[in-house]
Amino acid sequence: MKARVHVMLKNGVLDPQGAAVQHALGALGFSGVEAVRQGKVIELDLADGTSEATIAQMCDKLLANTVIESYKIEVL
Amino acid sequence: MRAAVVVFPGSNCDRDMAVALKAAGADVQMVWHKDAALPEGLDLVAIPGGFSFGDYLRCGAIAAQSPICQAVVAHVHRGGYALGVCNGFQVLTETGLLPGALMRNAGLKFICKDVDLRVATTDSAFTHAYHAGDIVKFPVAHHDGNYTTDAETLAKLQAEDRIAFTYVSNPNGSLADIAGVLSDNRRVLGMMPHPERAVDAGHGGTDGQALFRGLLGQLTQA
Repeated sequence: MKARVHVMLKNGVLDPQGAAVQHALGALGFSGVEAVRQGKVIELDLADGTSEATIAQMCDKLLANTVIESYKIEVL
Repeated sequence: MRAAVVVFPGSNCDRDMAVALKAAGADVQMVWHKDAALPEGLDLVAIPGGFSFGDYLRCGAIAAQSPICQAVVAHVHRGGYALGVCNGFQVLTETGLLPGALMRNAGLKFICKDVDLRVATTDSAFTHAYHAGDIVKFPVAHHDGNYTTDAETLAKLQAEDRIAFTYVSNPNGSLADIAGVLSDNRRVLGMMPHPERAVDAGHGGTDGQALFRGLLGQLTQA
């Protein structure tokens, strides 16, 4: 089985990289880009039957820093 | 004082840290990240700057899961002292031994220069040899030094006098100009600027000496 973990900075945590990308899009002439948030996607190849709870533990212990980041698990 | 300096793949300030500790009179051993135990009878463990594990995933995240870091956590839980500088500070936040997190610098640039810091508390083994409000000059060299934490934790750090150093002129967007913080028992210090690179007049300044010398005095008495 495969799972995809989306890690994003929590709402309210300033994202300087997202802000820079937003600025660059504006400089390229794309108007109306009101905000950009940048995160990361981690794809996991897992043994069949791995529970979502186990994947959540992987996120809490390593894949995300829950002080500043939130995550979303997508089992494929 | 017996001190150990942890070496990860990608550490690059480990020898500077050892030199600074030895110059202050400490007996220093280097320990490898795969070691599962720290030397016996250790007073201080120092986690140096660098780019452990290539900064993959997040700065310090992989290092924080290494066998030696489990031993560092146990050492701190026994009441041992720990100092984390730059990447070492990032490792200490990733282990949960210090609150908060270090994010990408607000200006997105890697910053490598000398900065002025204000000694925000002298109530710790690391800072007691300074005077409150002293301005000291240490180098910074980091891409992810933008300290952040939630409002509740910040209020707690301020109320408990656990902010050790603040930037006089904030270079990286750090919350409340924070450059270094202490643990709740005041025996763990994490800071982004490099005191170990400010111990030799030939390198531009010696403001870091007091941190190491002061530490030695405190721990040998402890």
